[in-house]
Formats: sequence, structure tokens, C-alpha cells
Amino acid sequence: MSRLQVVSGKGGTGKTTVSAALALALATEGKRTLLVEVEGRQGIAQLFETEALPYEERKIAVAPGGGEVYALQMFYKMGGAGRALKKLGAIDFATTVAPGLRDVLLTGKACEAVRRKDRSGRFVYDYVVMDAPPTGRVTRFLNVNDEVAGLARIGPIHNQAQAVMRVLKSRETAVHLVTLLEEMPVQETADGITELRAAKLPVGRIIVNMVRPTILDQADLDLAHAVPRTAVAKSLSGAGLGGARRGGLAERLVDPLLRQADEYAERFALEREQRGVLTELGLPLRELPLLAEGMDLAGLYELASELRQQGIS
Amino acid sequence: MSSDPSPTRDESASAPDAALLHDTGSVRALNPGPVLEVDPLLDDPETRIIVCCGSGGVGKTTTAAALGLRAAERGRKVVVLTIDPARRLAQSMGIDALDNTPRRVKGIEDTAGGELHAMMLDMKRTFDEIVEAHADRERAAAILGNPFYQSLSAGFAGTQEYMAMEKLGQLRARDEWDLIVVDTPPSRSALDFLDAPKRLGSFLDGKLIRVLMAPAKVGGRAGMKFLNVGMSMMTGALGKLLGGQLLKDVQTFVAAMDTMFGGFRTRADATYRLLQAPGTAFLVVAAPERDALREAAYFVERLAAEDMPLAGLVLNRVHGSDAVQLSAERALAAAENLEEPRIVDQQGGKAGLRNSPDTYGSSSSSASEASDTDAGSPAATDQDRSVEQLTAGLLRLHAERMQLLSREQRTRDRFTARHPEVAVAEVAALPGDVHDLVGLRDVGDRLAANQDERPEEHEAHG
Repeated sequence: MSRLQVVSGKGGTGKTTVSAALALALATEGKRTLLVEVEGRQGIAQLFETEALPYEERKIAVAPGGGEVYALQMFYKMGGAGRALKKLGAIDFATTVAPGLRDVLLTGKACEAVRRKDRSGRFVYDYVVMDAPPTGRVTRFLNVNDEVAGLARIGPIHNQAQAVMRVLKSRETAVHLVTLLEEMPVQETADGITELRAAKLPVGRIIVNMVRPTILDQADLDLAHAVPRTAVAKSLSGAGLGGARRGGLAERLVDPLLRQADEYAERFALEREQRGVLTELGLPLRELPLLAEGMDLAGLYELASELRQQGIS
Repeated sequence: MSSDPSPTRDESASAPDAALLHDTGSVRALNPGPVLEVDPLLDDPETRIIVCCGSGGVGKTTTAAALGLRAAERGRKVVVLTIDPARRLAQSMGIDALDNTPRRVKGIEDTAGGELHAMMLDMKRTFDEIVEAHADRERAAAILGNPFYQSLSAGFAGTQEYMAMEKLGQLRARDEWDLIVVDTPPSRSALDFLDAPKRLGSFLDGKLIRVLMAPAKVGGRAGMKFLNVGMSMMTGALGKLLGGQLLKDVQTFVAAMDTMFGGFRTRADATYRLLQAPGTAFLVVAAPERDALREAAYFVERLAAEDMPLAGLVLNRVHGSDAVQLSAERALAAAENLEEPRIVDQQGGKAGLRNSPDTYGSSSSSASEASDTDAGSPAATDQDRSVEQLTAGLLRLHAERMQLLSREQRTRDRFTARHPEVAVAEVAALPGDVHDLVGLRDVGDRLAANQDERPEEHEAHG
């Protein structure tokens, strides 16, 4: 399977979480993965509950079966070279005046990590997982070296840019898109796939994140519309929730509970529709559950094992 | 392990059952702090600019559009500036394509005499306009034709922030609108638009620019002559990151842009001051989720550090329930009560569980096994059982809702504890997406429903 796994998605879909879970999942059973964060928000450090990451490749987690996850945060507390660049104003330049340069550095670094070998000729990292920019920007981000190669038509710059693009456009790379079962993220996913394909970048999987459990199925929802209110009141009362008569607690609960069922039904229908849209995109789908108690390190391992079970290769 | 406290038992859960009968509103336990009242802000003629900022995916664009619409329908002449490349505002306003000039939005309620205009930022066009405004004609043509400039201005990440602020300055200078609502770019660092002018300044004062500019000044026009000057010094440092890269393009670009930097900086500084001016109000937009609120807290702190006037926090997608008197724990216990008979029933096969009429005959034996407690025909029992199953589902759904409510409340409390001074407007969650003016109007109503006299809850009583 591809050794460079790029994870993108609309803002708010949890792509940092999915990247981290994927890095853990890929590291399982003795593999070594590098997780690269490009947005500079220290989201990975927070997820793994470690201190802010320096600009170096640092081991941040041990995967089940002995694998290791390393993480790299670019443009944050860089070492000597970074300080020199900073003094020159080059960081300011790269991050603001010509931000495309930043993308050049980031993609270049990730591809370098993919190709890096140790003295015995083995790859240093089995997999590199990149927490990439959001869907709206990811194609341009990954393609920045194509632009560079077009600008510098010969010479070392050209060659370097081409080498990076060769990795990014090969089967060594897979770009995954994280989405939610909501209209906007699904639309962005569809648009993103079109753009990636037009740029000849290899599209991997669609990962549906934060999938809510099915509590009421279609039969329940149909019944909720047909059932007499008194029957529900009686049932609530039978479960020990007060009187079913008019004004009793059970009776007063019926309307609010049925209203919540209506909202659920609306969402249920929307989710089904969006799942249909995603299925039509013809890419493998993976689904990760919404963790009821929010995201933490234990949850991350849970998502990683979920990914392994569903198959990540 | 987690910074999230394990779910402390909900206040209502430990209360005696009798307390459950009262609407204690226990999920709104802590003092909610000051309330952000949107209408006075929109109606105040002194409010000239509203900037919506926040992390991605929290409904920033929708909020900006909803505020713009509401202000217009309350009589103001409004322009909404959106930057988002997904063109969500265009969709939600029913406009197919927004270009770099504001377009009047049709279909708004204009009895109060207001107008709504909207525009989508076209970065390249804005960049080109700046070049044309700041360089003489020959120079401008040279810059516009430079391939590196073309790549850059077409929208490398980050130029958005500049261009958004530039456009804001332009719109303000035209003085055609009495309110400008700005939706900020979905930046990697959401306050990049604040940093942009400063970074530009620090870059202009830095040594790099001198290194890059010196040969340009010697060599005159951007050409090939100076390419090796300063190169060795730079490649050493950059090479450690990547290997010598792209300097030619940078130098060409910088040299070509030479005459423009001064103007750039002046304008960036002016826009920065405009943001600090009393007529500007920042709204931080978030959802009641840990990451979004952590980002929001960061915004609040940064805005304070930059002397930017914060009006408050818009908290989107807040869930409510009309049955808060029933705690999650009790709902779950009741659901289990209802589901118990099903365990017995499953011996006879699952067919009877579902409300499917064609299984009545075949499953009557299993149904009668379980019918000891219920008087009535097998069919009626079957019906009862599926009602019970539905009721159990309703209760589980409610339990999930209540757990969500208390999680949202905890998250919000943590924010309030850190920033008790920040006024908050809550917007009740919508089941679906906002597509049109009707939806935006609804969001606006929900935004404005936050009033000081009733801070506890704005309920969705039908």
C-alpha cells in the first residue's frame, strides 16, 4: 500500500484526529510511521497529550504490537537553521509574503521522509502520514511543486520539484478525504476528488468521521408517525416514568420525545442521502464512530483499531 | 489522562425522583455570564464593520451572511464580504456566482429601507488591482506578466488574508455601505489576517529583503544578472530544510514587486488601524466542542492583545431539549425496563419484534409465550411490543441528547471560566443545512433570541 498517506477534509471534520488514528493504525505490529502536521496548530501534540512538538522528528506514541509513531511539526521552534532563517526574515517571507514557498518546503520534507533510508538501505519510516490542508486547498498544496517545476524550467530547482511530484503522483501516495454525513462536507469531498483527479493526484479513500449510532431505524420512525400518543404515554408510564393520564409526567414527556424523534428522522434521512452521494463517488468508504465522550488518547487508539478492522491497506 | 473531567454525575441524576418532576433546568447549572445581544449591535449606526472569525467548520460564513441579512432587513445598507473558496455564501444566498464586486441580493425584506449586497473575494483580481494601483503602467504590466506572480496571485494559501484585508479597506473607503460584514478565511492559523501586516513589516525590515533587493537595484529590472548574488548565503540555511530551492523565483518576484512594497505596507497598516477603530466589532464564532472553543479562547486572547474590539462569542449548534426534567440516567433505566421482555421474546425468533403484519400468523406461538403479562390478542401484543420498542428508542435518543447537552455545557463552562467577560449568543442547532434566505433569516432569529432578561434558555417551543 501507499507509503505516503495524505489526509485532507473540510475544516471541522476531524482530519487531524483521523491522521493521528491512521498513523497509529499503520504503526501497529512493529512498523514505524511519521506523522507530519502542516497547519502548525499543535493539534497532534494535544491529541497525543504531549508537550508542544519542536521542529524535529520525535517519538510520540507506541502502537499496539510494538510499532512507533513519530511526529514532526514544521515551522515551529526550529533549530539552528530555523533561527538563521528567522533572523533573515525568511520565515516571515515564506509564511506570509510568498506562502507558496511554505507549501514547497512542507511537501518537499514529507517526500524526503518517504524516501529516506538508513545505512542498511531500509526505509527509515514504513509510512508517512500527512495532516494536510483542508480540501479546498489540498490540490494546490500538493501541486505546488508542479508550478515550481513550470517556473524553473531547468536546473536543480526544477529537478527537485519534479522529484517531489514524482512521489506525489505515484502509487506511493494516497490522498484520503475525511468527511461528515452532512451536505457541505460531502459536497466539498466530491469537488476535492474532481480536483485531485484533474491534477492526476492519487485519490485514496473517503473516511466518514463521527458517524452517529442508529438509535431508531426506519420501522421505528414509521411507527413514531402512526402511533397514538396515548400508547407511548402508557408505555412510558409502564417503564416507571409517572402517570400516563393527561398532565402526568409520562404524558407530558410524549410530545418532547416525539419531537426529538422528528429531528432525528430529518437527520437520519439527510445522512442516508449523503451516504448515497458518497457511495456514488465510487471510492472505498471507511466509517469512524462518534465517540460519545469526546476525543482523548484512549479514543484515538479506539479509532485506530477501528481503522485496522475495516482494513487500511 | 484526559483533560476532560470524567462525566460528573449530572446534578439531576443524584436528585430524588420527585425533583425530576420539576423543570429544574439543571443542565444550565452555572451562571451563563453576559449575553451577547445581536440586534442592538446591528442597529447601532456606529457599528460599521463586523468581523466574524473562528476555526473552520463552525458556521462562520453562515453566521456572517445571517447577520448581514438581519441588519439589512432592519434597515441598514449592508455588504457581506466572504472569502471562502467553497462559495458557500453564494449558495446560501441563492446567487450562482459572486465576483469581485458587491452584488445586490434580491428577495430580502426591504420595508425598513435596508439593502443587502454580497461579494466573494477574487484573490487574483484583488491582487491585480493593487498592482495596478501602486505601480506605473509599464511596471504593472511587467509584474502581471511574471510567471511567479501569476502563480502566487492565483491563490497560494495565505495571500487570502492580505487580500481580504485589502478588500475590506477598499470597501470601507468607498463609503457606500453603512455596515460591512466580513467572513475571515479558513486559515491554518485563524488570525493570520491580523499577523499579515506585521509579518509584512518585519519582512520588509529584515535582512532578507536587503539581500534580495540589492542585486535588483544594481541590475535594474528583474533579470538574470543577480541570480548568484546572495544565493550561497541563503542556500546554506534553506538547504538544511530542503536543499537549495526556488530562490530564483523569489528573487524575480521580489525584484518585480520592488516598488509596491511601500504601498502594501502603508495600506496594511491602515487596515490594521481600521480593525482597532471603535466602529469595528469582532465576533468569534464557535461550536460547543472542545477544539472549536479552545480555538475561540485563543482568538479572544489574541484580539485582546492586539487591542481589537471584541463584541462577543457566537456559539452555533447548541442543542436543547424540551424534556430536560428527564435525566439521561433515568431515561436509560426506563429504556432497559421496556426492553427486558424482548430478551424473552427473542427465543421465539426476531420476526415478531418488527411491526411487520405478515409475521403475525407464524410468530403467534412465540408471541403467546411472552403474552402472560399482557391481556389481549397476539396481534395487539405485537403492536404493544413494537410500541414499547419505539418508546425505548425514544428514551435512548433522549438520553443521548441529554448527554450531549451536559457535554456541551461542560465545554462551554470551561470557556466561561476562562473568559467570564465575553458575552455569548447561542444559536440552537438546526437539523439540516442552510441554503437560502429563509434559512439565513431563521439563523438570524435564533441569534437574536438571546436576551438578557432570559439568559437561561431560548427554547424551541413550537
